[in-house]
Amino acid sequence: MAINKAQPDIGNYKYGFSDDIKPVYKSQKGLSEKVIHQLSDIKNEPDWMRQYRLEAYQIFKDKPDLDWGGDLSQLDYDDIYYYVKASDREERSWDDVPDDIKNTFDRLGIPEAEQKFLSGVGAQYDSEVVYHSIEEELDKIGVIFMSTDQALQEHPDLFREYFGTVIPSADNKFAALNSAVWSGGSFIYVPPGVKVSYPLQAYFRINTENMGQFERTLIIADEGAEVHYVEGCTAPIYTSESLHSAVVEIICKPKSRVRYTTIQNWANNIYNLVTKRAMAHEDATMEWVDGNLGSKLTMKYPSVYMVGERAHGEILSIAFASQGQHQDAGGKVVHLAPNTTSKITSKSISKDGGRATYRGLLKVGSGAANCKSNVVCDALILDPESQSDTYPYIEIDEQDVTIEHEARVSKIGEEQLFYLMSRGISEEDASTMIVNGFIEPLVKELPMEYAVEMNRLIQLQMEGSVG
Amino acid sequence: MQHQLTINNLHADVNGEEILTGVDLTIRSGEIHAMMGPNGSGKSTLANTLMGHPSYKVTSGAVTFDGQDLIELEADERAKMGLFLAFQYPMAIPGVTMANFLRLAVSSVRNNGTSDSTTTSLIPMREFRQELRQKMKKLGIDEAFARRYLNDGFSGGEKKRAEILQLAMLEPKIAILDETDSGLDIDAVRIVGESVNQLIGSDLGVLVITHYPRLLSYIKPDHVHIILGGRVVESGGWELAEQLEAEGYDAIREKYKEVDLDTKEQYTNTVPANV
Repeated sequence: MAINKAQPDIGNYKYGFSDDIKPVYKSQKGLSEKVIHQLSDIKNEPDWMRQYRLEAYQIFKDKPDLDWGGDLSQLDYDDIYYYVKASDREERSWDDVPDDIKNTFDRLGIPEAEQKFLSGVGAQYDSEVVYHSIEEELDKIGVIFMSTDQALQEHPDLFREYFGTVIPSADNKFAALNSAVWSGGSFIYVPPGVKVSYPLQAYFRINTENMGQFERTLIIADEGAEVHYVEGCTAPIYTSESLHSAVVEIICKPKSRVRYTTIQNWANNIYNLVTKRAMAHEDATMEWVDGNLGSKLTMKYPSVYMVGERAHGEILSIAFASQGQHQDAGGKVVHLAPNTTSKITSKSISKDGGRATYRGLLKVGSGAANCKSNVVCDALILDPESQSDTYPYIEIDEQDVTIEHEARVSKIGEEQLFYLMSRGISEEDASTMIVNGFIEPLVKELPMEYAVEMNRLIQLQMEGSVG
Repeated sequence: MQHQLTINNLHADVNGEEILTGVDLTIRSGEIHAMMGPNGSGKSTLANTLMGHPSYKVTSGAVTFDGQDLIELEADERAKMGLFLAFQYPMAIPGVTMANFLRLAVSSVRNNGTSDSTTTSLIPMREFRQELRQKMKKLGIDEAFARRYLNDGFSGGEKKRAEILQLAMLEPKIAILDETDSGLDIDAVRIVGESVNQLIGSDLGVLVITHYPRLLSYIKPDHVHIILGGRVVESGGWELAEQLEAEGYDAIREKYKEVDLDTKEQYTNTVPANV
């Protein structure tokens, strides 16, 4: 762990820069049927998708605002751009990517990641994927990894078979919004029995002020397939509010295994309202690893619906809430078949007046006999101004189940700090070390590069937290 | 180079209650001092006060290290000057491996004064690993120990050996061992005692704080002090430890009755809640 406290102070946000990039097309602020038609025209979409969007827009309008969770009263739907396209077409090779975009990626360390990871990199810049290189090997083994827009054009039947089947438009207000204006995101199909041995990755960031980013990701792991998808993301700081509302749908066919890893470090003005859900069939395993830093408000509860016997769902969630931030995160496991098992591990940290909320659902449907579920929530509160709360919802409609639920709240103890400091470690380094230790169970699940980045992000969050 | 820790008429409070009532003691490089006393005599308070625990307030007196005043310094600054405390109850830090912790600690202490004060540059991994492996071997500690989380789920004996390993890695000038024998069986005391002995060269100054004399048969002190009622009531050589062994603390208590009355009965060494 390299300790370097000499970082320039940019509001504790390392990636707070924004390049001067002129979008090729930029819709007007606010949402209307006209905007949706324009968007669909530009994307040259089939009519069913246009209708799908329009219906979803109607649902979005009809749905009342949420009466639970974080404070959304400052969110003005009319003051947001719903579609921005930074360059006109998809780029297949790095050489074709515009220099100013490259420059931004440079500062995010993307080229290094590109070198390190032989896999296809789908890097989303604004709403459109501009750079997407798919390793030849992926083609050879029949794996499809492309932007969701591209998949709609190139694999229309496959796309239509699964799109919206896990998270229908009517699921919630933000799923409806995403369904109306979605753009970008990743589409992955792994054929039966194929195991992708390296993580597939996508980087993306928001770059236009007041631009909503509504990416849509759809992953289908066919029977016995295995894949690990990793998404990491950073965004520049702007003064006015911004909305990110993604939808991620995953289908785990029998005996398949999918892991979806996210580290998000949004700028402090972003509303991050994401719906993520996986459908796990017989003997399938779905794992969510979800790290949430930054943002103004995050509401995100990755979920696993275990619909086949012996399916297994696992959710590892970490949230770091700093000044002016509310992380309302957790996970949902829904047991709908016998002998299914699940585990939720949540770790939250709050400091400088930040608020970390664990919100989770454990549901066992009638007939889902012999289910096992284990839920553990740990909260670490770094100072008296900060807050942590826990909302575990449990709905059990079956007798024969084994449920464990543990919740712990702790504070960085004076004794722990003194112990580390008595070894010559400064108070700030000691606090950082304790926090990094606290999230270690999550970090050790991350690919090496992400683990390093996660520790560095924690370190940046901890800067100036002492004295 | 000779180093010296000087304690002069030290008074200290815990939660507004005076526990140390005027301690005088000087420890120089190469000297081994034993501080013996019954429960509640102020032994652990002395150790924590010397290391700079924020709950222990010095109300009067002086503590200097090579002439420099320590009282205003934070614990990490004292460590950087060369002071070390082997804790009676070492804290568990879950998720932080022994190796990562030691690397940061050793880097912090060694880089003191030689680099930018806002930056702790870590000593190279290869170099560090080599040194750690070597010292673990010398102390008979299994290499797997380095990958375990600091004191997390350690047995009493493992915790004390981990403290000795930290002592070996940090190479302090003056070390305080606070009840390093407490909670250990006879074999564990022997192992810890022998380990400490290996580390004592001509340079290290040591203050061994203990309730029982048995650790002292491994770490033979040059000077023995008896603390009662928050002050040193007797100082002498090895014969004092032998006398205590033979007569117990009752004779001492009887002899210094007035002083012992000052001992706050309600104060016994407080065990931190999460031990």
